[in-house]
Amino acid sequence: MVVVTTSTDPNASETVVTPGGTRIERSEEFIQLLTPTGERVEDETFSFTHDDATIAANLRHMVLGRRLDTEATALQRKGQLGLWAPSLGQEAAQVGSGAAIAGLDEVIPSYREHAVALMRGVDPLDLLKTFRGTAMVDWDSVATRFHLYSFVIGTQALHAVGYAMGMQRDGVVGNPDPADNGAVLVYFGDGATSQGDVSEALVFAASYQTPTVFFVQNNQWAISEPIEIQSRIPLYRRATGFGIPSVRVDGNDVLAVQSVTEWALDRARRGDGPTFIEAFTYRMGAHTTSDDPTKYRRREEEAAWRAKDPIERVRTYLLGRGAVDQAWLDELDAEAEALGVRVREGALALPEPRLEDYWALTYASLPPALAAQRDAYLAYEASFEDADGEGGR
Amino acid sequence: MSETMTMAKALNAGLRRALEADPKVLLAGEDIGKLGGVFRITEHLQRDFGADRVIDSPLAESGIVGTSLGLALRGYRPVVEIQFDGFVWPAFDQITSQVSRMRFRSMGRLSMPMVIRIPFGGAIGAIEHHSESPEAYFTHTPGLVVVSPSTPLDAYWMIQQAVASDDPVVFLEPKRRYHEKGEVDLTEPPLPLDAARVVLQGSDATLLTYGPMVKTCVEAALAASGEGRSIEVIDLRSLSPLDEATIVASVERTGRAIVVHEAARSGGLGAEIAARIQESCFYALEAPVLRVTGYDMPYPPSRVEAQYLPDLDRILDAVDRSLAH
Ligand SMILES: Cc1ncc(C[n+]2csc(CCOP(=O)(O)OP(=O)(O)O)c2C)c(N)n1
Ligand SMILES: [Mg+2]
Repeated sequence: MVVVTTSTDPNASETVVTPGGTRIERSEEFIQLLTPTGERVEDETFSFTHDDATIAANLRHMVLGRRLDTEATALQRKGQLGLWAPSLGQEAAQVGSGAAIAGLDEVIPSYREHAVALMRGVDPLDLLKTFRGTAMVDWDSVATRFHLYSFVIGTQALHAVGYAMGMQRDGVVGNPDPADNGAVLVYFGDGATSQGDVSEALVFAASYQTPTVFFVQNNQWAISEPIEIQSRIPLYRRATGFGIPSVRVDGNDVLAVQSVTEWALDRARRGDGPTFIEAFTYRMGAHTTSDDPTKYRRREEEAAWRAKDPIERVRTYLLGRGAVDQAWLDELDAEAEALGVRVREGALALPEPRLEDYWALTYASLPPALAAQRDAYLAYEASFEDADGEGGR
Repeated sequence: MSETMTMAKALNAGLRRALEADPKVLLAGEDIGKLGGVFRITEHLQRDFGADRVIDSPLAESGIVGTSLGLALRGYRPVVEIQFDGFVWPAFDQITSQVSRMRFRSMGRLSMPMVIRIPFGGAIGAIEHHSESPEAYFTHTPGLVVVSPSTPLDAYWMIQQAVASDDPVVFLEPKRRYHEKGEVDLTEPPLPLDAARVVLQGSDATLLTYGPMVKTCVEAALAASGEGRSIEVIDLRSLSPLDEATIVASVERTGRAIVVHEAARSGGLGAEIAARIQESCFYALEAPVLRVTGYDMPYPPSRVEAQYLPDLDRILDAVDRSLAH
C-alpha cells in the first residue's frame, strides 16, 4: 500500500492507495485515555470517572479472559476442541464494554466475546461445550443476560434491535430512576458490518430509536480480508448515514472503552436512542484455530500491535501509581492458573452428549413421528448391545 | 493423460482451466484471494489471474450472489464460493427468487450462467452451521441445476461443465472428501453433467446416493458382497435434474432401492427419488423404497454426528431390511 498523503498529526486521517489504485480514507483517530505505555491522557469529551479499584477489577477480568483463551487455544491444538475463536488482543474492548453493563441490560454477543461471557457469570466450561462439540449452546442466557453466541455473521444485530424494541414496550427505558432502565449491548465484527442484516438493524434502530448499543470490534481483519474490503471510510462514520451517533475508541484501552460504552448505554437507557461504537483493536491470534494468518498478513503488523497490548498498559499504570503491588499481581496469576487448571481438566471431563436427547429439543412437544424416529434409533443402537454385549458400537 | 490428486486439487485445477478457457469467467467469494479460500480450493488463482477475476468479496452472501447476477447480465460467467453450507441462506432470496428464474421471467430472453459452489455436509467435527446439507431447498427450486461430485475425477470435470452451463448451477462439494485422492483423466470428461453413474454393478438391491455418501455406500456394498449379496451403487451426480433413466433401469433389475443421504429425512431428496421409483417401477419392486438419512433435527453437536450420519452399519441394516421382504 502506498501512502500518498499523511499529515503530521498521527491522529489525523490519511489517504491510502491500494495496489488496485483505489483511494481509501484511513484514520487512526480515536478516544484514548490510557496510552500503550501506561500513561493517562485527557480527552475533550470523555473522562474516566471510576477509581483504581475499578481499573484493577478490569485488569483482573482481562487477565482471566486471556487465560481462558490461552487454555482453550491449547486444548484445540491438542485435538480436545473442534474449534476455538481466539480473543487474544481484544481483552480491553471486551472487558471495558462488559464493565459498562448494568442490572437490566442485555448482552447479545457474536462468537468471540469470551471475556464478556466470564464477566456475565457464564461458566467457562459451559462455553467450551460448544467448541468441544458436546452441546449446542449450553448456558442460561436468561439468567446471565448473555445471549447465545451467534455463528452466522451479523444476524444478531437484528435480534438486539428487536430485544430493545421489547424493552421499550415493557417500560424499562427512560424512567426517572436509572435503576429501572435497561439497554441492549450487541457485539459484532468489522466484517459483519457488510451484511445486509447489520444495515437493516441500523435502519430499524434509528427508525424506532431503540435502546441499542452497537459495539463493533474492528480487529482489522475478517479472516483474511482486511478492513478496506468492507469499508472505505473509518467504520464508525458509516453509522452517520443511518442517523446514529457514533464514536471510535481505542479498543486496546480499557478505560476509554468503559467510558465510551457507559456513555452510550446511558443514552440508550435514558431513551435517547442507539449508538454505534467502533472499538479499534487487533486480532492478535488466528481467526480460528483452523486459520493460518501468515498467508495474508505481515509479521511487522502483528509486532506493531503487540506493542499496544491492552493488558500490559494497565499493569504498568496501576503498578506505577502504587494502586496494586506485586503481591496482588501474584495472587491474580494464581487465580488465573486455577482457572487454567479448571478449564484444562474440566474440558476433558465434559459429559458426552447423547443423540437421543436431541429430538426433544426440536419442538415444544415431540411430534409422534419424531418420537417414533427416536425410538427406532434407540432400538437400532440397542441391537448392537445385544449383538456384542458391551453397549453401543 | 491422467494424474492422482485430491478433490481439493482437482477443483482448483478445474477452476484454473475454466479461467484459462474463457476470459468471461470470474470467481468471487469471501477469502478466496490471498488465502485461497478456507479450504484452499482457489489457491493461487488470484495470484495467477488477478484480483479483477478472482475477487475477495465483502462479507455478504446476498451481495455476492446478487452482484454476480448483474455480472452475468453483462455476459460474465461468475463462479461464487459460499464459505460453508450454513452461510448460503443470506443469499437464498437472490438464488431462488432471482437467479433461478431469470430465464423464465424474461420469457426466455436472458440466461443466468452462474455457478454457486458450496462445501457441504458433515463429519468434520465442526461447530454449528458448518455441516449442513441444504440440497433439497435447491432441488425444490425449478430453474436451478444442482450437482455434487463424489470423486476428484468428477470434481475436475463437473466444475468445468458447470461453468459452461447456461443455467445456474448449485455445485455441492462434499467437504469431508476434499482431501481424498483419486485418479483424474485430464483429456476428456467421462460423462455429461446431468448423468448418473453406476459405480458398482449388482443384482440384489440398488443404493442411490451422491456426494459424501458415495464412498460410504461403496464400502457398504463391498462389505455386503462378503456375505454373498450383490449390491448396485448409483452415484446420482446430478440431483436436479435427476437422471431418471439410469435410476429406473437399475431398480427394474434389482427390485429393491435404498436412498442414502446426510440431509434430514423429511422432505429430503430421498423422498423425491422414492416417489419417482414407485411411480415408474411399481411392479418391479420387491420391497418398499427405504431411506438412510440424517434425522429430523438440526445438525447436532459434533460429538454425536457419527450417530446422526448414515454409516456403513446403517446402510447394511437397510439392505438387510430390504432383502427381508
Ligand atoms: C453469514 C456468514 N458468512 C460467512 C461466515 C464465515 N465467517 C466466519 S467468521 C468470518 C469473518 C468475520 O469477521 P468479523 O466480522 O470481522 O469478525 P471477527 O471474526 O474478526 O471477530 C467469516 C467470513 C459466517 N460465519 N457467516
Ligand atoms: Mg474482524
